Amino acid sequence: MKSNLLKSLQKKKKQILELWIQNQLTDPNLREDLMSNTELRVQSDELVDVFLKNLNDTNLTEPDSPDFEPVFEILAGISISRARQGFSPRETGIFVFSLKEALLEILRQELPDDPLQLYNESMKISRLIDSFGINTFETFIKGREEVILRQTDEIAEISTPVIRVWDGILALPIIGTLDSSRTQVVMENLLQEIVETASGIAILDISGVPAVDSLVAQHLIKTVSATRLMGAECIISGIRPEIAQTVVHLGIDLSGIVTKATLASALKYAFSLQQMEVKRIRQERKYID
Amino acid sequence: MVTLTKDRMMILKDQDVVPFRNRVKEYAVRIGMGLVNQTKLITAASELVRNMLRYAQQGEVFIEVVTQGRENGVRLTFVDKGPGIPDIELAMKDGYSTHRSMGLGLPGTKRLVNEFEIRSKVGEGTVITILKWKNG
Ligand SMILES: Nc1ncnc2c1ncn2[C@@H]1O[C@H](COP(=O)(O)OP(=O)(O)OP(=O)(O)O)[C@@H](O)[C@H]1O
Ligand SMILES: [Mg+2]
Repeated sequence: MKSNLLKSLQKKKKQILELWIQNQLTDPNLREDLMSNTELRVQSDELVDVFLKNLNDTNLTEPDSPDFEPVFEILAGISISRARQGFSPRETGIFVFSLKEALLEILRQELPDDPLQLYNESMKISRLIDSFGINTFETFIKGREEVILRQTDEIAEISTPVIRVWDGILALPIIGTLDSSRTQVVMENLLQEIVETASGIAILDISGVPAVDSLVAQHLIKTVSATRLMGAECIISGIRPEIAQTVVHLGIDLSGIVTKATLASALKYAFSLQQMEVKRIRQERKYID
Repeated sequence: MVTLTKDRMMILKDQDVVPFRNRVKEYAVRIGMGLVNQTKLITAASELVRNMLRYAQQGEVFIEVVTQGRENGVRLTFVDKGPGIPDIELAMKDGYSTHRSMGLGLPGTKRLVNEFEIRSKVGEGTVITILKWKNG
């Protein structure tokens, strides 16, 4: 772009801004519920200002130029805050792409008699803004992915509670797939709790585990060994009939581990280990009735 | 044997295992496979897909519903372009593992399904096909 053209673009900053804001305000999808017009104006003003300030003849054709770092920074901020505010990627996209229309309109006014140059310059501006648009999408998605990762961690955390079912007896219901990272969390929580509560028995309930393949089995065996190293006994409960059959065919040897069909029977076994018994107090009941 | 439906799924990362297993389960449920056979099939699928990720980093699985006579079944074909298996007979032995693991994946899978076929070439990759009949 000839420098004088660039200069006049920079000089017409106010006009570009007005046009852009107008474009945004007339968009039928404008989310006035999510953002006030003043806020919109502030964001737009900042972006146009930084963009025009950093634009020059060479970087016009280099969207990856480090000169645009500040522009990307602002765009990243805007798209992340918009993602959090509940804007859709489409709405954020329109925000960026409508700037293109404003810029092209000004170019048209600047080059009324030179269609060839107008075409060439329009192409350059177009490519540049497109790359800004792509950048905002990437940031938007990155923002979402971070949310997903955080939720995954949270799910792993909340889905492995250690419950004190009785004095000295812990229960750990496992729900979902027991992969390596999950096992790590389970094991840490369990061992920690064994120390804190001085429990002698832990029950791992796998009723909520859909399939026990060799990997899951190995993780279970490891958890049992670690528990034993801490001086506690570990019982695996919740082994459904179909899981039992599959484990046997697969050839996994769980004979060294105490396994029970239900949590209730595991608890009963745990009581017997602690020389306890749960009894119905029939005599007194009759009396009360 | 006739193929009724054919589906495919790329396996690129650990996070693909659960959705893949769920997809296999969907087909098994659709043909009315019982809970025990479903679990056997899903566990077998899980073993092979984990091998795929562990030894070949990635691969692809074809999921087919097949029919023969009055019996329906689910056939899975695991295709990877990994290092291949130099001695298949050895790899099929209980307890054999190059990974200090239990070495139960391949032989166990074979016991869980009705048909098991493995082809592998060093440097080219491995193709494993398993089939579980609805009432198999
Ligand atoms: N897709 C594959 N590509 C290359 N080598 C494989 C593949 N699948 C299995 N193998 C080889 O065959 C061996 C046996 O596999 P198998 O699944 O039986 O046991 P494992 O994976 O070592 O242990 P486990 O499955 O019990 O955790 C593996 O150790 C590996 O060397
Ligand atoms: Mg294996």
